[in-house]
Amino acid sequence: MNAPVPTEQKRTSAWSMYRAIVGIGAFCALLIVTVYGATAERIADNKARFLSNAVAEVLPAARSTVEVTRDADGTLVAATKPANLPVFLGYGEQGELAGAVITAEGMGYADNVRVLYAYSFERQAIVGFKVLESKETPGLGDKVEIEPHFLANFEALDARLNENGTALANAIVTVKQGQKTEPWQVDGITGATITSDAIGAILNQGSSAWLPALERDARGFQPTQSRQE
Amino acid sequence: MALKQVSPTDEFIKGLWRDNPVFIQVLGMCPALAVSNTAINALAMGLATTFVLLMAGLSVSLLRNFIPREARIVSFICIIATFVTCVDYAIMAISIELHRALGAFIALIVVNCLILGRSEAFASKHNPGRALLDGLGMGVGFTVALFFIGVLREILGSGTLFGVDMFPDGFQTWTVMVLPSGGFFAMAMWLLVVNWIRQRQADAEKPGHDRAREVAS
Repeated sequence: MNAPVPTEQKRTSAWSMYRAIVGIGAFCALLIVTVYGATAERIADNKARFLSNAVAEVLPAARSTVEVTRDADGTLVAATKPANLPVFLGYGEQGELAGAVITAEGMGYADNVRVLYAYSFERQAIVGFKVLESKETPGLGDKVEIEPHFLANFEALDARLNENGTALANAIVTVKQGQKTEPWQVDGITGATITSDAIGAILNQGSSAWLPALERDARGFQPTQSRQE
Repeated sequence: MALKQVSPTDEFIKGLWRDNPVFIQVLGMCPALAVSNTAINALAMGLATTFVLLMAGLSVSLLRNFIPREARIVSFICIIATFVTCVDYAIMAISIELHRALGAFIALIVVNCLILGRSEAFASKHNPGRALLDGLGMGVGFTVALFFIGVLREILGSGTLFGVDMFPDGFQTWTVMVLPSGGFFAMAMWLLVVNWIRQRQADAEKPGHDRAREVAS
């Protein structure tokens, strides 16, 4: 029986491999930087427009907005640069305070869920809600974006502060579908339990962090920068 | 033995039916099953994949004499990842809403074995013209297959097509069809249809088929 004859393959030099990998790496890096440079402005515009449309959607009474932040003392001041989770004060046609719009995020079922919601100073309630980013399960978790009974929670979700104005009087919590008895409870979605629970927790966290400062300072707030129309 | 010459038209057409990447080769199942819950998502993912297939095929073919055999996989993946990143930026520049809908699956085009498979099996061995035709044929075949799966899933799972209601009020949608498992059901249904058609074609091409039918009748 003849034994198989080993075939001798020509060995590639290290230089050839180095040249190929570095060359392709440089070509790819150049291409990515070029495309990034060409699209960055458009992407930033799209993101700003998307956020602006979302703000208008959750707080339709606002004709102009000012992004705010807190200084070291916790006092409300106009933001000098866009924040990762921006908070806006919305003003009506006559320049009156129409409400605040808060961005908040937290862990859902699949990934972080980022939401935008409007707070009415007059009603001391959350009066608008929109999911900005979510990778929840299609057909289940993503129902928090479209389910009418769930979205009805945010027509007037109680978010009043305690007597001292330092914290929410009642924590915002999600309850099982059909078991909502209090105005600060979020009526959940059967089949999207984890995501709807997460929404309640995100709203509670965002409101606890921002509403004391907003309630204390927003009415007397004098924006030092021009408002975005 | 001389290799059979394949015409440019055949190079393009093979991806549409004979070697369809989804229904025949069963490649790229991750996006085919995950993103095909609506027709528009399926279409967008198909077009994005087609672009990456085309550009990766062209680049690999142009650089085929420059890339050593031992470094080919890392080079191909690097090229594919670059074009996927470009597609990601392009989709964000076109529409943030569309980018939101496709979610993480754009980035996962990198690990779509269809693209690496065509780069390795075809583009690295053929000239740029052939590589482009092959990429285009495979891309169109992939897009059409995803679209078929997406249409079936959206109609049965959401009762809509491109967001337009297809059934009267009261129709109970099959929610399972828009869930990940629905992707497998839809895929199985289409595979059944495709294999049935192929079986009929194969039977018709068998010698003596007509004779056998005559005897049977």
